[in-house]
Amino acid sequence: MSSRERILGRVRRALADVPADEVPYERAVAREYAREHGRRSVAETVDLLAENLADYRAIVHRCADGELPGLLARLLAAHGSRNVVVPPGLPPGWLEGAGAEIVHDRAADTPQELDRVDSVVTGCAVAVAETGTIVLDGSPDQGRRRITLVPDHHICVVRVPDQVVGAVPQALGRLDPARPLTWISGPSATSDIELDRVEGVHGPRTLEVVLAGGGQDGRTAS
Amino acid sequence: MSGTYLGMPAFPEAARKAVGDSTLRGNLRHATHTIRDKRARAVAELDDWAALREAGKQIKDHTLRHLDRYLVQVEEAVTAAGGTVHWAADADEANEIVARLVEEAGGGDSAEHEVVKVKSMATQEIALNEALEARGVHAYETDLAELIVQLGRDRPSHILVPAIHRNRGEIRDIFRSEMSEWGRPAPENLTDTPAELAEAARLHLREKFLRARVGISGANFVVAETGTLVVVESEGNGRMCLTLPETLISVVGIEKIVPRWQDLEVFLQTLPRSSTAERMNPYTSMWTGTTDEDGPRTFHLVLLDNGRTDTLADEVGRQALRCIRCSACLNVCPVYERAGGHAYGSVYPGPIGAILSPQLRGTGSDVDASLPYASSLCGACYEVCPVAIDIPEVLVHLRERVVQGGPAVRHGNRVVLRPAKGHAAERAAMRAAQWAFTHPGVLRTGQRLASRTRRLHPRTLPGPGRAWSGSRDLPPVPAEPFRDWWQRTHGGKDGSE
Ligand code: SF4
Repeated sequence: MSSRERILGRVRRALADVPADEVPYERAVAREYAREHGRRSVAETVDLLAENLADYRAIVHRCADGELPGLLARLLAAHGSRNVVVPPGLPPGWLEGAGAEIVHDRAADTPQELDRVDSVVTGCAVAVAETGTIVLDGSPDQGRRRITLVPDHHICVVRVPDQVVGAVPQALGRLDPARPLTWISGPSATSDIELDRVEGVHGPRTLEVVLAGGGQDGRTAS
Repeated sequence: MSGTYLGMPAFPEAARKAVGDSTLRGNLRHATHTIRDKRARAVAELDDWAALREAGKQIKDHTLRHLDRYLVQVEEAVTAAGGTVHWAADADEANEIVARLVEEAGGGDSAEHEVVKVKSMATQEIALNEALEARGVHAYETDLAELIVQLGRDRPSHILVPAIHRNRGEIRDIFRSEMSEWGRPAPENLTDTPAELAEAARLHLREKFLRARVGISGANFVVAETGTLVVVESEGNGRMCLTLPETLISVVGIEKIVPRWQDLEVFLQTLPRSSTAERMNPYTSMWTGTTDEDGPRTFHLVLLDNGRTDTLADEVGRQALRCIRCSACLNVCPVYERAGGHAYGSVYPGPIGAILSPQLRGTGSDVDASLPYASSLCGACYEVCPVAIDIPEVLVHLRERVVQGGPAVRHGNRVVLRPAKGHAAERAAMRAAQWAFTHPGVLRTGQRLASRTRRLHPRTLPGPGRAWSGSRDLPPVPAEPFRDWWQRTHGGKDGSE
C-alpha cells in the first residue's frame, strides 16, 4: 500500500463519526465578521493607508501623477543610488530624469548581480489601508519576486485611490491566486530578539511608498 | 546542531531545573510580558474579533472533518500548477523523501550539499536537519531565532521565537564565538544592540541565500481549491528561500489545509495579531506550483501525517489540529513563563505542546504522560487562541487517558492503552472530577470548563499532578517569590509534606 493510500485510509477511519450528510462548506462557516472595519470615505482610506504604512516604518510620499518622475529622481538621489533595477513593464517616463543607471531585470540575472544593485522601483497590485500593506503580483510593472527582495532599497508606487482597498478581505478578492504574491507591510523586520520589533534583516531595509494620483500633492477628493 | 529530545526527563523534573535558572526565567518573563500587552492592543483594534475567531474555528473544523476530500483536492491543484506531491506517513519517510529530492536536485559542486531553510515547525518535528546531516547535506536555518539556536547548539523553546530564552547579551556571545565556524564571522566589535545583531545575521546569511540551490520550507496554509501555499514571516529570509533557489521543497502537516482562497481573509487577520501583535507581518509569500522565470523551477510538496491522523481519531483531542501556531497561548501561560519551553520536551512547547505532543507521539514516554499535567487549567490559553481551541478541555481529557487508559489510535491502529504506571492515585482523583463534569445538576450551561475544573477538581492532585494543581489558583503575578512557591508546593513530592 502506498503512503498516500495509507494516510487517506487513516483519515477516513478517524472520521468514522462524521455523518455523510454533514452541513456543506457554505453553511459550515458563518462569515459574520466585517468586510472592512468602520466607515471611511475614499480619501480617509488613503490617509489610513499612509498612516499605517508609516507606523511600520515605511517612508510615505504623496504626489500628483505629473510629479512622479521628479519625485522618483529625487528619492533615488537622496538615497545615493548609483543604479536601479526596473521591471519590464514599468511605465515609460517614471524614471525619466533619474540620475541612477537603469538596470533591466533580465540583465541582472543572478542573485549576485542583483546584490550589486542599489534600488528597485515598481508598481503594485493592490494596497490595504487597515494593515498598511502593499501586495505585488508579478505583473509587468512589478517584475519577478527577486528584484524587490535582493536590493536594499525598494520604492513602490501605489496609484491612488484605484489600487487602495480598506481591508484584507477586499484585497484577496482582487488578487489572482495563480500569480506569485508578495504581501509587504513595512521594511524587513524581526521580533526575534526579546520579542521586540527591529527593522532591517534580509529584505530591503528601506521601503518607500509613493501614493501617486489625484490632484496636486496627491490628495484625493473626499 | 540542535539537541535531541530523546531521554528527556518528565515535565515536572525538567521544569524544576528551569525555574532554578534565574536568567532563563528573567528572559522569558520579559519577552512574554512585552508581547502579551501588545497582542491585547492589536486584537482590540478589531471589533469583530469574536466573529473572526469563530469563523477560523469553523473553517478548520470543517476542513478536518472532510480532510480526505481536501487532501485529494490539494494534490490535484498542486499537480495541475506544476508541483509534485509526496505523502509521508511518518518522520522517517518524510526525511527520506526530502533527502532524496535534495540529492536529485544536486549535481556535484559544494553548494549542492547545503540547503537553506525557512523556519518550519514540521521540519523540526521530524528532525529533518539531523537526517540531512547524516546524509552529508548541511541545512542552514535562516530565521534569526533559529540561527541563534543552531549556532548555539541549542534547542528551540518557543514556536515563534525559538531563542526566546536567550537575551541580547547571550546572542552577541553566540554570534561572536560561533559564526566564523559556519561562514562569515560576526563583525568586529559587535555589540548587543538588536539592530547590530540583526545586521550581523544579514551579512552572515546573505552569501548562503545568493548561492543556494535548494530551499526547504513549511507552510502556514495550503488552499485546497487553488493549490496555493502561504508562508507568513518577518525578516525576508522566507522570501529568499522561497524565490532564489531552483528547487523548493515544502514539508507541510496535513492539518494546514483550508478549503478556499477566501478563507485566508480570516487567518491573515487573526494570525499576525495573535503572534507578533502586528496588524500585518512584514512579509507574506503565496505561490501556486511554479511560475515561468520567477522563483523555483521545481516545486515539491511533502504532505506529512506523523501522528496527525491518530490525533484526528480522537473526537475531543482533534481540535488541537486547528492550531495555526501563533504562540499566543505560550505567551499568556503562567506555567510556560516559569518552566520555559525546553521543559516540554518537544518542539511544541506551552499549552499547545501539552495537548499536541502527547497526541502526536502517544503517552508512552514519561515526558508525554506528564505533559497533560503541565497546566494550572487557568484557561488563559483558550481565551487568546484565535481558533478557540479549548486547551483545558483537551488537557483534562488527556489526563483521563493517562490515568485510566482506554481506546486510542496509534500509527493508524486501534489500541487499548493501559493506565500509566504510578498514576493510580490520579485515577481516583480523576474519577471524582469526572463525576462532577458529568453530573447534570452541578454545572451551569455555558460555564467555561477551566473555571469548572478549578472549582470541582480536588484541590491538590497527588503524584505528578501535584506540582501543577498547586498553582491552580495562583494570580498571574505570584505574590511570593517563585522559588518559595515551588518549594512550598513541590516540596511535598519529596515526602516533606
Ligand atoms: S493553540 Fe491556539 S493560541 Fe496556541 S499556538 Fe495554536 S492557535 Fe495559537
